[in-house]
Amino acid sequence: MDSITFRLNGTEVTITSPGTRRLLDVLREDFSMTAAKEGCGEGECGACSVLKDGRVVNSCMVPVGSIQGCEIVTLEGLRESEQGKRIIDAFVQSGSVQCGFCTPGMVMAAASLLAEHPRPSEAEVREGLSGNLCRCTGYDAIVRGVILASREGEGL
Amino acid sequence: MTTGISRSVPRVDAYDKAAGITRYIADIPVAGVCYGKLVRTSISRGTILDIDVPELPEGFWFISEGDIPEGGRNRIHMIKEDWPVFTNSEVRFYGQTIGILVGPDREQLIALADAVRVTYREQEAAFTIEEGLACRGGALHGDDNLFADYCLVKGDPESAFSRAHRVIEDVIETGFQEHVYMEPQGITVEEQDGKIVIHASCQCPFYIRKAVAPSLNRSLDDIIVRQAVTGGGFGGKEHFPDIIASAAAVAVTKVHRPVQVIFDREEDMCYSTKRHPSQVIFKTALDSENRIIGMDIDARINAGAYESCSPVVLQRLIFSSNSVYDIPNVQLRGRAVATSTIPSDAFRGFGAPQGIIAAELHMSHIAREIGMDEVELKRSLMVSKGSRTITNGTIHETVKLHEMWQRIAEVSGWHEKKSRYAPGSGRGMGAAFYLHGGGFTGSGEQDIIKARVRMVKRDDGIVEILLSNVEMGQGLQTTFRKIAAQVLDCDYRDILLADPDTDRVPDSGPTVASRSIMIVGRLVQLAAEQLKHKLHEPGAQESEAAYTQPPGCHWDQETLQGDAYPAYGWGICVIETAVDPDTCEVETLGVWTIHEIGKAIDEAIVHGQVTGGVIQALGYGSLEKLELKDGKFFQHTMADYIIPTTLDFPGVYSELVENPYPYGPFGAKGLGELVFDGAAASYAMAVQHAVDRTVSRIPVTPEYIMELKTHG
Repeated sequence: MDSITFRLNGTEVTITSPGTRRLLDVLREDFSMTAAKEGCGEGECGACSVLKDGRVVNSCMVPVGSIQGCEIVTLEGLRESEQGKRIIDAFVQSGSVQCGFCTPGMVMAAASLLAEHPRPSEAEVREGLSGNLCRCTGYDAIVRGVILASREGEGL
Repeated sequence: MTTGISRSVPRVDAYDKAAGITRYIADIPVAGVCYGKLVRTSISRGTILDIDVPELPEGFWFISEGDIPEGGRNRIHMIKEDWPVFTNSEVRFYGQTIGILVGPDREQLIALADAVRVTYREQEAAFTIEEGLACRGGALHGDDNLFADYCLVKGDPESAFSRAHRVIEDVIETGFQEHVYMEPQGITVEEQDGKIVIHASCQCPFYIRKAVAPSLNRSLDDIIVRQAVTGGGFGGKEHFPDIIASAAAVAVTKVHRPVQVIFDREEDMCYSTKRHPSQVIFKTALDSENRIIGMDIDARINAGAYESCSPVVLQRLIFSSNSVYDIPNVQLRGRAVATSTIPSDAFRGFGAPQGIIAAELHMSHIAREIGMDEVELKRSLMVSKGSRTITNGTIHETVKLHEMWQRIAEVSGWHEKKSRYAPGSGRGMGAAFYLHGGGFTGSGEQDIIKARVRMVKRDDGIVEILLSNVEMGQGLQTTFRKIAAQVLDCDYRDILLADPDTDRVPDSGPTVASRSIMIVGRLVQLAAEQLKHKLHEPGAQESEAAYTQPPGCHWDQETLQGDAYPAYGWGICVIETAVDPDTCEVETLGVWTIHEIGKAIDEAIVHGQVTGGVIQALGYGSLEKLELKDGKFFQHTMADYIIPTTLDFPGVYSELVENPYPYGPFGAKGLGELVFDGAAASYAMAVQHAVDRTVSRIPVTPEYIMELKTHG
């Protein structure tokens, strides 16, 4: 068992856990934060995306022992921020959501992308979301949602 | 500017899903839960001689055939009594359920499942259509391995072939496809007040009830199915939840604790059902002026080890095998072949994509052979109102394909590009024409499903819709509400519509067959019209609507003759590709679609279905290779079974044409499967044009293109 301290959605937390446990399981089981989903368990689909020090990561591939001192943001935290609200609202307005299972991960990937490219081109959006799989939408409406969020971020 | 019901509104489920508030089955903790891990066969065919289960720690159980309650059937009732819940003797496919280990710790369950030792007597197995037809290793089903064997005759094919100047032969093949719904299969089963309650990520709550009750020797009312929020289905959650629910329900009757089974992705990809592989053999008779005068079609599908819904899939395939063309004289044989693979099952399109891909590629091959423009050949044979179908039924509606073609040719720059790109130049254009019959095949809606919808105005004035169709991403939570709100002249957000619970809602049928809007949505409209008259009367009020067959539709299920479907959706998909001359990698440069679905209930939802269906079909046509090796799927993770990402295809152009259908809600027809039916064929034909080789199978991978370029 290791004692691991990190910041979770702005609050410092300490857990006692084997360091090899997946961050995804720690979030879902220890903190009841279920916005991050398990779609594949091998870092291919992005449904478990969270932000680690501002960059999007697949939480199923992150051993919790590696996040000592890190800042982790999940959708539970992001949705309280202005940026999170803007992305979620843009997704609702753009018809970006169908079954919804990939959507939390898409929102996290969008947040990471917009932090880096506040006004991305369509190609940059597609590149930025390429680690997140969706089987329902064919992606177009998600790409439009991210572009709408970026424009609203600038007050249109 | 779109007005009326087609005008888009925000989906009712969008905010909670995007904000991560919506809870799927794996997100809901269950007190005292036992997790379930299925123990499966590791051979494809043979007999189990011995099952050696390790000593189990306290709180763990191994449940198998002997635990089925007295009088319960060890057969899962799908369309009929079908797969065994547990096998303890005959093995028909790799991954068949032997038992279920249950206990409080998932890690331990995996270790215990690995420690179960099963001894077999192995037998030779058939895996491919050819091996199944040859009854390799002895017949698995009956004496001919055929779950279904149908014949259709239209006109006088014998005379047409006797007059033929030449006959063009062709074989078109399609492979397995995995659904890859983003949320893997998951259910929780528990006892409540003496009843068995099943929470399931599923498309068909009443199917699960029907499947489970006989295994437990309980009445249907003793089994309650509550749909959990469902993260995609595409047909993969039509029957497969029956399999898991049956095993878990038997376990619950033994251990008297809640049992939860959530698949991980690898388990889901290895052991869930897939789309039927197909092989369609054509012989087409032409007269001396190269006019098509007759067609002989031999269609086969790989049904796998149990019947499942294969005969019905085969019916849809053969009824779609002339696609949108009025071929004068046709004889057809269709066979669903038993093999020792996981039973093939429903997948968006339900046989129609295989039929349409075969028809489209074959027509394009005929055009190549006779030196005619493929679109001109197709347009010369297109059905119109009054045309006779392959089942000697009638097209009852106005067909707008010609005007749709003018439009899509214009926006895609078809004529200019087609003349600029010489065949084999590396650039190619493909155009697929397609249709999809809405609702159950033949008389299924009338004779089997008998859908009912109830609507209530409660004491407090709030209106609730009660039906059994599920939201699985396609937007029903919003579109059903919009239909009712349009009639009742209220805000769609004020209408209640809960995820179905079989204890509360009437059976409006399964969420399949592009029937939810066209069939059930119509009942929502009718129930709302009845309720509207009583809306201002005091106290609770109720209305109910039941399905009736549209007038003028006739069907004989024995002979498969008549109107297989009351109405069709229609579509055209144009694709432009560039094929790299060295690597044979394909870049898709443009995707243009136009669809006629009667009337859109919500344009944004419709365009979302179009884009999603087209991209899924392009995956099927280009990337999604799923191969069997000794009865096991070789690709079994998302790393080796490749579905489209944001980077694989450009944005999809989507346009709609209205043609209101009098028996659909506000004129709407089916949509969800139509949009899957054509894009794979269009892609294959675009590559065919680019490399000037005859493309006869999908997926059209770079390896296949290289093979074509090398060997012709």
